[in-house]
Amino acid sequence: MNQWKNFSKGFFKENAVFTLLLGMCPTLGVTSSAINGLGMGLATTFVLIMSNIVVSLVKDLIPDKVRIPAFIVIIASFVTVVELSMQAYLPALFESLGLFIPLIVVNCVVLGRAEAFASKNGFLSSMIDGAGMGLGFAMALTILGGVREFLGSGKIFGITIYPEQYGMLVFVLAPGAFIALGYLIAIINKLKKA
Amino acid sequence: MEYVLIFISAIFVNNIVLAQFLGICPFLGVSKKISTGIGMTGAVTFVMVIATIVTYLLQKYVLDVFNVGYLQTISFILVIASLVQLVEIILKKVSPPLYQALGVFLPLITTNCAILGVAIMTIQKDLNLLQAVAFSTATAIGFGLALIIFAGIREQLELIDLPKGMKGTPIALLVAGILALAFMGFAGLV
Repeated sequence: MNQWKNFSKGFFKENAVFTLLLGMCPTLGVTSSAINGLGMGLATTFVLIMSNIVVSLVKDLIPDKVRIPAFIVIIASFVTVVELSMQAYLPALFESLGLFIPLIVVNCVVLGRAEAFASKNGFLSSMIDGAGMGLGFAMALTILGGVREFLGSGKIFGITIYPEQYGMLVFVLAPGAFIALGYLIAIINKLKKA
Repeated sequence: MEYVLIFISAIFVNNIVLAQFLGICPFLGVSKKISTGIGMTGAVTFVMVIATIVTYLLQKYVLDVFNVGYLQTISFILVIASLVQLVEIILKKVSPPLYQALGVFLPLITTNCAILGVAIMTIQKDLNLLQAVAFSTATAIGFGLALIIFAGIREQLELIDLPKGMKGTPIALLVAGILALAFMGFAGLV
């Protein structure tokens, strides 16, 4: 397969959040600001690339029946790596992402790619697939975080665009996550048909 | 009184789906019909309570004792995955009707982040075993409440004439947003 196509499909055509609707929990849970969305997206990208690489390398050694638990162990090890390094070097981000960092383990995107792609393809394709899917996921989270931050508090990446008191607080709170994502997906559906 | 507070807090104020964003996949995935929603709720309640008890004991008597807290994520997810398999096998043998009702939902539960989320939260909140049981039961009830209300609304949504782009997931997410707004009314109750 064309490697560029392999990489770029994660951004639009097979974007995990906007079209496949995978990994909804972190998508909704951490996107109260653009920077949180980006941090979560990049952490997931790292796990996705590493687990795709390892799965593609060991796929012939794993018996078919136990492959899902084996994949989960591989993913969980990399999640632990992310968890501990983030705690050490980015304590503020670790604090605001909280519970969602260990929960990368059960993010369907990661297991989904291991099962659907890395267990059938070679090392290089799997790595590129992981990078494309992961960065597409990070992009989606950053956009959603940006929209929510802008509507909710008048900022993007912490830079003030308009005074905070005109913001709609609800977009930073829980309900706003559902509403903003609902409209974003509707817009993308519309664009796809056009 | 303490246990009443745990229940009210986990079911209404900090609802697992609408306030904490855990278990969104089954919330969106199996909420097209009320009957499947009830089945999923049963399976989640069952697994969540057992998984919380087992992971609690694992944390207190293995991870804490040997001082290997960094293995928490790996060991918890392994325990949950094998527990789901075990529950499936036992249920098939002991109670075929219950297996019939919950069977299809069980494999889905391994990747339900609410289960792992509650297991980790129980440890973070430093609850004792009885409180952990109450907390996980209440959380599961909260999940079921949100899921069944949502499924009821979605059944009606099928009949509504919508713009094409809004059909399916977008309108479901909007409805979930409004539902979350309604649940925000419970804030400050505890």
